[in-house]
Amino acid sequence: MTQMALVIDLNVCVGCHACVTSCKQWNTSGWAGPLVDQNPYDADPTGTFFNRVQTFEVGTFPDTETVHFPKSCLHCEEPPCVPVCPTGASYKRADNGIVLVDYDKCIGCRYCSWACPYGAREFDEKQRVMKKCTLCIDRISDQTLPERERRPACVMACPTSARLFGDVHDPDSEVSIAIRERGGYQLLPECGTQPANHYLPRRKTRMYIHPEELTRVDNPLLKEEFIGDEGDETLDDVAW
Amino acid sequence: MHPAFSVLFLTTLIGTGQGLFLALYTGQCYSLASFLPEQSTEFYTFGSLLALLLLLAGLLASFFHLGRPERAWRTAARWRSSWLSREVLLLPLVMALTAAFGLAHWLGYTQPWFTLGGWLRVDPTLTIGLAATLASFALFGCTAMVYAGVPFLREWRSTFTVVNFTLFGLSSGFLLATGFAAYSGNHLAAVYGGWWVVFTVLAMLSRLASLYRNAHLKQKSTTQSAIGVRHQFVVQKAQGATGGSFNTREFFHGRSEATLEWVRRSFVILVFPVPILMIGTAYLTHSRTLAIVAFFIQYAGLLAERWYFFAEARHPQNLYYQSVA
Repeated sequence: MTQMALVIDLNVCVGCHACVTSCKQWNTSGWAGPLVDQNPYDADPTGTFFNRVQTFEVGTFPDTETVHFPKSCLHCEEPPCVPVCPTGASYKRADNGIVLVDYDKCIGCRYCSWACPYGAREFDEKQRVMKKCTLCIDRISDQTLPERERRPACVMACPTSARLFGDVHDPDSEVSIAIRERGGYQLLPECGTQPANHYLPRRKTRMYIHPEELTRVDNPLLKEEFIGDEGDETLDDVAW
Repeated sequence: MHPAFSVLFLTTLIGTGQGLFLALYTGQCYSLASFLPEQSTEFYTFGSLLALLLLLAGLLASFFHLGRPERAWRTAARWRSSWLSREVLLLPLVMALTAAFGLAHWLGYTQPWFTLGGWLRVDPTLTIGLAATLASFALFGCTAMVYAGVPFLREWRSTFTVVNFTLFGLSSGFLLATGFAAYSGNHLAAVYGGWWVVFTVLAMLSRLASLYRNAHLKQKSTTQSAIGVRHQFVVQKAQGATGGSFNTREFFHGRSEATLEWVRRSFVILVFPVPILMIGTAYLTHSRTLAIVAFFIQYAGLLAERWYFFAEARHPQNLYYQSVA
């Protein structure tokens, strides 16, 4: 079985929101749209987004670091939002594991959003139905696009390649190798939802320098005892 | 969670309707066992009509919760997996059976089909009433499981939710029945009043226990597990939107701790001790209307209780929406 998913590398995400804007642009003008905003240029702007970049601060000043954290639907392997849907509008595709909403069947009861621990679903105030990330299903399944463009808009837009896209069930895919070899992890594992999207942790490149690497000392490992000058003839006394 | 008034009215109104029907059927069982003289046709017919109107009002309120109410018929589709779908199927069934119960009494279908054990006269009203009783209890279960079935809303995910919804429905329904019987000068008022005290005291014990449980709940999810960074201090600085989003509107009650405290105290007082004192007074003074006043006071308390039920639930998604920047 195929399970398409994103792997997001928090180590290289710079929090530029390019994935947010490209997602909004693609999806508001395509199959899933419109993603309508209210008061976009006024006080209290709000609207529907599939993808948001959040920012967290780790540690206390001055020992802090900033973590930019892109969050969209994680396309869980055990999606809690699907069985609770009373109409069957929420479903998980059998062929690629993507969780989708049928906007023509959704009654807008919001029960699926209660069942999602990640807050990945957003209610569209204009269309009055629940919306969420589709992994750009209309791009990735569009055979008329060149192969390299059959990727989600957010992945195409990311300037630092922090977003990888592929089949996490294929052990040799780029995403599976990244998860396996670079410590990929899932969000809220205690909820038991088995999210397909994974995150790669922050990693620091550290150098540990020992003081003795900076100041040269004789016999640094103290392997031999110092033998004192006992007045005997030494090599220095030899006249060459 | 944000308490939506449509859902507050839905759950409290249908609970009262179911409770009222169950009270009527209890009355019929009492007269069947010859504890009390049989009630008039009007008593059952009018009582069933009242229960039906309450259920209808609840159903109407539920439509205000939907973004697309014209598609509500689709909710019957996933009864195998969704408690909401089951609730939606059972509610019209309870309404139909309650209507049939009232209609059977009105049309006088009380000739026994057969007699069991020489005394149990099985007639259409008894059979329909039994079916409606089973459906009512199933509906209590489904309504509560809509909330208790969300796996990581820990305040809701407890047997208390099912017990409380059932007992609160029984309590308000029996109180309305008490008022109705007292107003029509019926002997059943004392019976209903007695059962009402039992249900109300049980509901009080169960709700106080669940309040204690929820106050001492330790949440499983933390900001650390939400973003997967292991550090003692992780603070959100931005949530990706400056003016809020669906996530900040749907999952936060937006009130102060003081308001929450005030609502909690209000419902504990309005649902339990005040109506009990009023019913005691009504019993002593043989008042015909005091029980109806008590019902409205308790119903106001039940709305506050349901509001608090939503407000006290802390959704794990709120970990991602702690700070607007």
